[in-house]
Amino acid sequence: MSTAADRLDRRALVSALLADRGGLLVIAGLGSPAWDITAAGDTPLSFPLWGAMGGAAMIGMGVALAQPARRVLVISGDGEMLMGAGALATIGAKRPANLAICVLDNGQYGETGGQATHTALGVDLAGMARAAGFPVTETISRAEDIPAARRALHTAPGPVLVVAKIATGEPEKTFPSSDGAYLKSRFRHALLGAV
Amino acid sequence: MTSPTSVLPPDAPAWPADIYRTLRERDIKQVSYVPDAGHKHLINMCHADNQMKVVTLTTEEEGVALACGAWLGGERSVLLMQSSGVGNCINMMSMLKTCQFPFLTLVTMRGDFGEGNPWQVPMGQATKAVLEAMGLIVYKVERPEDVGPTVDMAAQIAYDSQQPVAVLIGQKVIGAKKFVKKG
Repeated sequence: MSTAADRLDRRALVSALLADRGGLLVIAGLGSPAWDITAAGDTPLSFPLWGAMGGAAMIGMGVALAQPARRVLVISGDGEMLMGAGALATIGAKRPANLAICVLDNGQYGETGGQATHTALGVDLAGMARAAGFPVTETISRAEDIPAARRALHTAPGPVLVVAKIATGEPEKTFPSSDGAYLKSRFRHALLGAV
Repeated sequence: MTSPTSVLPPDAPAWPADIYRTLRERDIKQVSYVPDAGHKHLINMCHADNQMKVVTLTTEEEGVALACGAWLGGERSVLLMQSSGVGNCINMMSMLKTCQFPFLTLVTMRGDFGEGNPWQVPMGQATKAVLEAMGLIVYKVERPEDVGPTVDMAAQIAYDSQQPVAVLIGQKVIGAKKFVKKG
């Protein structure tokens, strides 16, 4: 069993993944990952979810298929990814090379009282992605692993899935706008111009 | 390129090809589906078309999320499913209303006119109400010749007026599968 000392700080990790992000398109799953990407610096090319649990990876896939020249990074939690676990098979079968997923895995449903998720009970999301045909899968838990994980998430021919074992505990919530129509429109305007 | 309609067997009905041509004319680029026998010919045509990005789903709600991502990325999409799959989509459809995403789904009906499998009936009978409860505009088609024009207008209101729309293709069009049982 891992201890807090060998787990990552979620905000430091997400900030490292999103620093100097260039043209990266980012989708964040509901709850803490949406607050994390906002704390790292809100931009129009981030689409943070407040609902649609289980949908983050497939939203990322739709963007990735529409924009094959752009890199798409989905940042989500273990509970969200588990709810959409079938998407690992769907993505593995289609293999969009420009899609990367980072699962922030604290083994808990953080927004609802810290109940254990399946990953706390031995389920290996990176193993599931590997079995689904993702060519690059990694599990990281130490700060020194972050640069290589960032390279994989930003540049490796995908689909890529990185499970980042993060410490439990909730940092201060940094909320993005909850206006979904605004979040959608600003993303499209920034990506596509006037539409 | 050989026309994708050439994959059709000689006895195929005309309406799946009518849908296919409409999807092309309306610039639909991403096609996702959980298969249904009613969509068999359309699915085969989409797979035969290298301009269409076809995604096989494990469950229909993935297709709702995919459609939202496609629109964020600047592409139009369609989700093909059977009426039983509508039930799998309910919460994911929250995003259509909240974010005002355009959305087009073509639903082949089971549990509808003359259904022979009782397990299909509850969801089939609830399909229209469920979709409308989630804020979708629903057009139901009962005649084969109406399918193509209805899909065309559904695509227009979906993508020109940015609305979520479902076209239900009734069992009067598709035919009810026979489950023969004695006694």
